[in-house]
Amino acid sequence: MTAVIQLIQILIFPGMLFLVVLGMAGQFMDRKLYARLQNRVGPPWFQPVADLFKLLGKESVIPEEADKRMFTMAPVFALAAVVAAYLYVPLWGAPLFSFAGDLVVVLYLLLIPTLTFFLGGWYSRSIFSTLGAVRSITQLFAYEIPLLISLLSPALLAGTWSIAGMIAFYQAHPWLWLVNLIGFGVAMITLLGKLERVPFDAPEAETEIVAGSFTEYSGRHLAFFRLAIDSEAIVSSSLLAAVFLPFGYALPAGIGIIVYLAKVAGILAVLALLRTVFARLRMDQMINFCWRYVAPVAFLQVIIDLVVKEFV
Amino acid sequence: MSDMDRVVTVPIGPQHPALKEPESFMVDLRGEKIDAVRMRFGYNHRGIEKGCEQRSYTQDLYLVERVCGICSFAHSTAFIQAVEEIAGIELPKRATYIRTIIAELERIHSHLLWLGVAGHEIGFDTLLMYTWRDREQVMILLARLTGNRVNYGMNTVGGVRRDIAPEMIPEILKVVDSLEERTKYYIDMGTREQTLIQRLSGVGKLSREDALRLGTVGPTARASGVDRDTRRDDPYAAYSEVSFKVIIDDHCDVYGRTLVRLGELMETYSILRQLLKQIPEGPIAVKAPRRIPEGEAVSRYEAPRGEDVHYVRGNGSEKPERVKVRAPTLANTQSVSKMLEDGYLADLPIVIAAIDPCFSCTDRMVRLNEGSGGEGRTMGWEEVTRYGVQWHKARGLDLSKIKIPGGGGA
Repeated sequence: MTAVIQLIQILIFPGMLFLVVLGMAGQFMDRKLYARLQNRVGPPWFQPVADLFKLLGKESVIPEEADKRMFTMAPVFALAAVVAAYLYVPLWGAPLFSFAGDLVVVLYLLLIPTLTFFLGGWYSRSIFSTLGAVRSITQLFAYEIPLLISLLSPALLAGTWSIAGMIAFYQAHPWLWLVNLIGFGVAMITLLGKLERVPFDAPEAETEIVAGSFTEYSGRHLAFFRLAIDSEAIVSSSLLAAVFLPFGYALPAGIGIIVYLAKVAGILAVLALLRTVFARLRMDQMINFCWRYVAPVAFLQVIIDLVVKEFV
Repeated sequence: MSDMDRVVTVPIGPQHPALKEPESFMVDLRGEKIDAVRMRFGYNHRGIEKGCEQRSYTQDLYLVERVCGICSFAHSTAFIQAVEEIAGIELPKRATYIRTIIAELERIHSHLLWLGVAGHEIGFDTLLMYTWRDREQVMILLARLTGNRVNYGMNTVGGVRRDIAPEMIPEILKVVDSLEERTKYYIDMGTREQTLIQRLSGVGKLSREDALRLGTVGPTARASGVDRDTRRDDPYAAYSEVSFKVIIDDHCDVYGRTLVRLGELMETYSILRQLLKQIPEGPIAVKAPRRIPEGEAVSRYEAPRGEDVHYVRGNGSEKPERVKVRAPTLANTQSVSKMLEDGYLADLPIVIAAIDPCFSCTDRMVRLNEGSGGEGRTMGWEEVTRYGVQWHKARGLDLSKIKIPGGGGA
């Protein structure tokens, strides 16, 4: 019986289906906000669903030159990794699964979508896909390390690698999360790189390399990729909410859900705002920016946390 | 890094999301750096020059207007000026003022359009949305003045076809005021917004010497410090009666080209104010003969993208014997490969966009003698028809029953 309940939890609530619904709601919010900030009307609320079903109904063309297995497996892997990561993130109350060190596992699982972008693009064997794939992986080396450091520094302060443990620590020390605000800023910026959004969307810069890794994708394979990206945005912002805004987890479930949704919506809104006000950076500028400014600031957060730890 | 020595060829075009018109750029890349660029035009050839020879001068006016969708008034005015010079027609003062007003309004919409496109090419879509929203004001104004948003149909031999009603003058001034404010905002933003500056400055360098040697015109030349503007150097229409600065910049890069265009917008607002204050009363056209006498003329016009040159030769009939269009893009394309030297692939779209290219204006008949596409032969109309029918037949589609006017059938 517990197995059945667990399966329902994984597949429906608060697992995969819930995540997908949230992902589409997040996509709608992002598009609507982006549009309103640009003085446009924006899409109706069901547009992401309509787009998904349209793509699912379309023919999925696989290039003759492409490696068929890798090409078709990449989108599935991307979605699977994102859903798996979601199960370890505390949403409201305790997460579905938890063990010491799950923070590292979640970060690891969230790395997989970028790798699938690379593999999918690389095995498409088209020049635009290959360039996009190379850019994806180059960008990965620029943003991933500052992102890791910024997420690990609150863990250093809490003295645990488990997300649930960190939340428990910050609940015991209610105002200590304010120490990590610098890291929160770093994580937001690098998240733009992870989600390949302006100003870090060089891997899919349409005016240069069409759609980057996704150029050759169509139909349901593209739909899965899109779904994975939307869900990745939700999972990453949930993770950021759990790590940097660790409050409201002891509330009763009804209010807890509202607090959780508000936090995720807030993070997504900031991401939408950031992508409105910037131009796309070139690859070299992006790498320069990440290593010259973002990474040192992330290290600064580590130092702050180590110093604060002495006084806690 | 032996991989950095591998050259990868990326085809940008003929079909590519960065391009608004089909043209082909084969880019050789080493990593992200551009090694060489091979351009090939000719996907847009429409035979307008030849078409002009088969139509009367009045009909030509409308054909020439369609050379370009953005600077349509530039082409029709440049053409009509040449015709009027051959016929020796003296224009009424009011007509020259109206032509200048429409020309400057066209410059506003062209420059704002460019700013938006430039924003889009560097992934700054917010700028695109903002500028195109503001541009809408001038488009609506043009529609109210001329009846059309583009291809205004204002010119006629000997003057213009529509008068500007006195009650329209405050309307124009209102749009000018509002756009001036917006342009100031864009100038402010362009000089402060860091990602924008990073993406534009130092990109697409073109020294003053190269700008002169490669014969660039318009904002492209002026951004490289070349002090050249047909409106001042060889005044036509009513430009001799207004005072304005020619905006020059010495950044020599895409950033400079942006500043020049923004500065020109500010000058345009001042020109429009002067014109609307000074516009004289009187007729808007004189009667012109149907037959244009024998003779030839070259007319120069400062289009938003640079100097536009039209050559017309009349033979005493109602049709011209020869019309030649030298669109500003033709003068500027030569400089693109120079600008792209040692550049990044990421900068290619903005560097190409920075000359504000209009490839359909530029395309002429090209005979290919070498390269992968051409076999070194020219096909006539009948031969092309036959070839097309056979091409489709080989793919299981029989088109031979269809009668093509003037075609031979196969």
